Amino acid sequence: MADLTELSDADLDALLSIRHFERQILELFDRGEISGTTHTCLGQEYIPVALSPFLGPDDLVLSNHRGHGHYLARFDDAAGLLAEIMGRRGAVCGGRGGSQHIHRPGFLSSGVQGQLMPVAVGAALDMKATGSAGMAVVFIGDGTWGEGVVYEALNLAQLWQVPLLIVVENNGIAQSTPFEAHLAGSIEGRAEGFGCRHIKVTSLDVNVIRRLLAAPVAQVRAECRPLVVEFETHRIGPHSKGDDSRDEAAKQAAAAHDWYRLYQATFPEQFQRLDAVRHRHMADTVAEVSGRPLIGVHDA
Amino acid sequence: MPSCPSERAVANLNRALATLLDEDEDVYVLGEDIVDPYGGAFKATRGLSDAYRERVLSTPISEGALAGVAGGLALRGRKPVIEVMFSDFVTLCFDQILNFASKSVTMYGSRIPMRMVVRCPSGGNRGYGPTHSQSLQKHFLGIPNLAVFELSPFHDNTTVFRRMLELGHPCMFFEDKVLYTRRMFGGEEGDSLFESGFVDAEENFAWAGLGGPEVDHLVIAPGGLSDRVLRAMRAAFIDEEATTRLVVPSQLYPLDIEPLVPLLTATGQVWIAEDCVAGGTWGADLAHQIHSRLWTSLSGPVRLLHPECKVIPASSHLERQLLLQADDIRDVLTGVAGV
Repeated sequence: MADLTELSDADLDALLSIRHFERQILELFDRGEISGTTHTCLGQEYIPVALSPFLGPDDLVLSNHRGHGHYLARFDDAAGLLAEIMGRRGAVCGGRGGSQHIHRPGFLSSGVQGQLMPVAVGAALDMKATGSAGMAVVFIGDGTWGEGVVYEALNLAQLWQVPLLIVVENNGIAQSTPFEAHLAGSIEGRAEGFGCRHIKVTSLDVNVIRRLLAAPVAQVRAECRPLVVEFETHRIGPHSKGDDSRDEAAKQAAAAHDWYRLYQATFPEQFQRLDAVRHRHMADTVAEVSGRPLIGVHDA
Repeated sequence: MPSCPSERAVANLNRALATLLDEDEDVYVLGEDIVDPYGGAFKATRGLSDAYRERVLSTPISEGALAGVAGGLALRGRKPVIEVMFSDFVTLCFDQILNFASKSVTMYGSRIPMRMVVRCPSGGNRGYGPTHSQSLQKHFLGIPNLAVFELSPFHDNTTVFRRMLELGHPCMFFEDKVLYTRRMFGGEEGDSLFESGFVDAEENFAWAGLGGPEVDHLVIAPGGLSDRVLRAMRAAFIDEEATTRLVVPSQLYPLDIEPLVPLLTATGQVWIAEDCVAGGTWGADLAHQIHSRLWTSLSGPVRLLHPECKVIPASSHLERQLLLQADDIRDVLTGVAGV
């Protein structure tokens, strides 16, 4: 694994913000202060952070069940998302959507696998037709490739040449089922089958990823050329909460790719300085949001 | 332009789609094999792609993506009308309709208008067999932010489509495939025997009757059945002097029955007829509403007419036996058949 390069304080802070948000969420579940379900993106935070400078106000991000990082990389709104998950005042979606169903201009997530792929094609079709500068960016996982509608949508995207960026977070595991047990062939082969460009990213380094993707992502927008970017990544936490059935060796192997530990070892001074502050800020946010009143049944 | 009585229902529908495309640049029409020269399996979209090439799009055989693309367009403020070639295939769109398009209207806390119409050519009596003949309206009832409409010979489709696209949430539009070939009300032989009009100011409930204000029977039916009910009414009147009024709602669900109260209480027997097979039907839900509102003032319980819960056979004689026919309805109106 190549050494990580030094990040700007802003980028490192964005990464740490997502990490501490997700940790707080799991702790709140452990303490019984939130219920229902959630899916944290521990280990995958660098993907939306790396992509964030490519996104403009006209773009639409379509996210999934594991979407906290996608949201927080686009909007500096940990309190609004936390309030949504906790059902408390100031929630992004009035407590109706919860962890998996978030919407505000430029962002929408939903909890059904593959569902937003054709929705993204429809949105991108409209962007192309209206001459908008925008593109649609849909986040899916490796497990999502089990859904038939993914292929219907990929076919249409390529056929109609719409500005669609498909970001695949291939963390090698679909809930509990390893990649080898759920996907025949490869994601690259599947994209190629539709004549769709595919780029595989193995780096965890935000700077490296941006250099690699700047030109092809710009082409998605400028030339209305769909693109599949597959990140080989690692989920270092559970699928949901407390449901990680992998053996210790598999968990250790995933943890060995944790940008958090690797960056800490490479740039300890910058890391300690920002990590401590972000940790404290997130704890303060949790305390503040936890003190808000619950959303009433008739509140808008 | 008001509907012309001699116009066939499919031509009226085609004209409605053309009018919408012409008057509103946000309207899209999408579906399988809908562009010219083919113009759709039932020709409802004939001529549209030649006139509005950019907004009339044929899709691959991908019903899930078709409904999903419509959802994406609606999310961006467009007004897609999609055609599901045979409504039997709308099961392949169900996730997008139930879990995305309708839910998105209120799932995200503040209201997101999702203006889209899912057109569903449906119904049997054409010998198309078990997977090309169903009437699946009942599967779309009771879904938040989803309304169900049906093509009717009494309702001009331009008005109906404008109404559906103004609601701000998705609508299902069921279209009986036999009705396509029939003329709008007033254009078929025998229509002139009936008095007719609308019950309510919104013109959702059309009515047609034989035999004055006090009638023996009131039949409530979706548009697809109206031709069979009208024939039954004529026969029952000629044979037995049984008097019947037919009420056809354009919007089937949700349905406010308040405008119907005077008619429901001024009739001998209320019937609800439909093409969905028995079990969890639109008629059962509507009958419950009527019973709850009017139990003490009805002359008797509302009775349901629908096919048995069976797979629709391909052979024409077997299909005819299962599905409601004009003769079946005539028999209950004249008291020949027990129900």
